[in-house]
Amino acid sequence: MIGRRTVLAGAAASAFAAPALAAAKPKVVVIGGGFAGVAAARELQRQGVAVTLVEPNPTYIACPFSNEVLVGLRELSAQSFGYDAVRRQGVAIKRASVTGVDPTAKRLTLSDGSKLNYDRAVLTPGIDINFTGLKGYDEAASEFLPHAWKAGPQTNLLRRQLEAMDDGGVVLISAPANPFRCPPGPYERASLIAWWLKTHKPRSKLIILDAKDAFSKQRLFQNGWTALYPGMVEWVGLSSGGKVIEVDAKARTLITDFGKHTGAVVNVIPPQRAGKIAQAAGAADRTEWCPIDPVSFESKLLTNIHIVGDACIAGGMPKSAFSANAQAKACATAVAALLRGQPAPPVKLINTCYSLMSPTYGISVAGVYAPANGLLTDVPNAGGTSPLDAPAAVRASEAAYAQAWFKTITAETFG
Amino acid sequence: MIVILAAVAALTAPPPGATACSGCHGAPGSALPSLRGKSEADILAAMTAFRTGARPATVMDRIAKGFSEDETRAIAAWLGSRK
Ligand SMILES: Cc1cc2nc3c(=O)[nH]c(=O)nc-3n(C[C@H](O)[C@H](O)[C@H](O)COP(=O)(O)OP(=O)(O)OC[C@H]3O[C@@H](n4cnc5c(N)ncnc54)[C@H](O)[C@@H]3O)c2cc1C
Ligand code: HEC
Repeated sequence: MIGRRTVLAGAAASAFAAPALAAAKPKVVVIGGGFAGVAAARELQRQGVAVTLVEPNPTYIACPFSNEVLVGLRELSAQSFGYDAVRRQGVAIKRASVTGVDPTAKRLTLSDGSKLNYDRAVLTPGIDINFTGLKGYDEAASEFLPHAWKAGPQTNLLRRQLEAMDDGGVVLISAPANPFRCPPGPYERASLIAWWLKTHKPRSKLIILDAKDAFSKQRLFQNGWTALYPGMVEWVGLSSGGKVIEVDAKARTLITDFGKHTGAVVNVIPPQRAGKIAQAAGAADRTEWCPIDPVSFESKLLTNIHIVGDACIAGGMPKSAFSANAQAKACATAVAALLRGQPAPPVKLINTCYSLMSPTYGISVAGVYAPANGLLTDVPNAGGTSPLDAPAAVRASEAAYAQAWFKTITAETFG
Repeated sequence: MIVILAAVAALTAPPPGATACSGCHGAPGSALPSLRGKSEADILAAMTAFRTGARPATVMDRIAKGFSEDETRAIAAWLGSRK
């Protein structure tokens, strides 16, 4: 763990830092090469700013469409993207993680011990799985009961467990309270697993134990479950005793206030918080997420540090790859303006989350957002979900659009 | 340094909302229509029809309603000027 001390030690050392040359081109460092970080780095470069992207992994594994990997519709290799095109565009890439942030000296410490100065930094570390937030669910437990909420080995582990399950088994999904990464994700996952069970293990059942009483696209999902997978998917909300308060990993058992549920396969989607480096830097507040100004995306706690993507508190915007990408490009525009000595321009953002309920049944939720009362807020009379009564052809075109969206956004980000 | 940056950025700074469109609209050959090569007038007309409901849509109606006429015009001008 990176302690508060690293940050303070950095601050003390800063007193001796040489002042930056007045003539030097201002430099931005982006921390994290996910959907948010890469989009920010590339847009900054496009707007004439010198950018360094710090990311420890040579390959990024994307979460959107990883629910399709679980049920054999695609492989993890189709989720994997490298940084060559980002480098070719002129973004300097440093393969390391940031271990310390010194906002006073405007200097980062990297995992290889080196230091990196910035004029402004963009912090996009995504989420940290909170392994202390749910009793009995630590990293070791996740090797038995995968979360699969960061795509990679966890995704394949859950897939293998589903494949190995006997027909007639019960699949349990524990869904967390808000806020968390990808609000419709648990329910898309339940839908696609049900789609797969229906053909491969038709006597099986899936139960979602939920820590909330309402969820994204709820009516659409519930209607879809009844229509596509009758009797197969059961959702237990908070007030019906759905909140999992403890996990017994060895017994594959989830414990709620109302009783115990044992599954043949158990997927725990645990509580989450902003990425570790955001906590260590002091960019997160008591909620363990990072408050930002909705126009400049600058941290409300640290100056010259801008935060976008899953780690930030984006008001009405969900934590999605679409949001992360849209925020990042607007943030880059703001940072470029601020570096020119101009105010950050007005902000308008879009989010759309597609979910697949089967390979040919897609639904969506969209929103348009603008700053209001210090938060990114839904623009009234815009956005909303797909209609409840759409014909099969519309569901099929939304499923096709979902696939196309993933290709487009990953091409824009990594291509 | 301010002078150098201003020169570069003035050419490229996008109006509010404009950079979010490319999350869906990318290269030709996708199920999602490409906006490349579309004129400012075409984009403005389509967005206006989506906003009023004159043109049926799966998602563009929900998106277009979030932008005022002025905002839509600025986005159309910016997108229409790109190759
Ligand atoms: C099952 C599932 C399905 C999903 N489906 C969708 C969908 O259909 N549509 C959608 O829009 N979204 C979807 N999402 C959500 C989407 O994956 C996230 O919202 C998105 O990844 C957020 O991007 P980010 O850049 O903020 O974080 P991330 O993508 O997590 O990227 C963070 C990056 O920062 C790096 N990093 C972390 N710490 C450091 C450090 N100290 N130093 C340097 N680098 C660091 C990490 O290595 C990582 O590369 C889904 C998520 C899941 C789990
Ligand atoms: C979530 C994905 C998504 C986003 C974001 C999005 N669009 Fe669209 N767009 C679509 C889809 C899908 C269609 C086809 C009509 C429909 O079903 O909604 C479309 C159609 C269009 C068309 C008509 C294209 C043609 O060939 O007739 C225009 C113009 C357009 N969009 C402009 C925009 C603009 C401008 C933005 C940004 C403000 C934007 N779109 C954002 C998905 C999107």
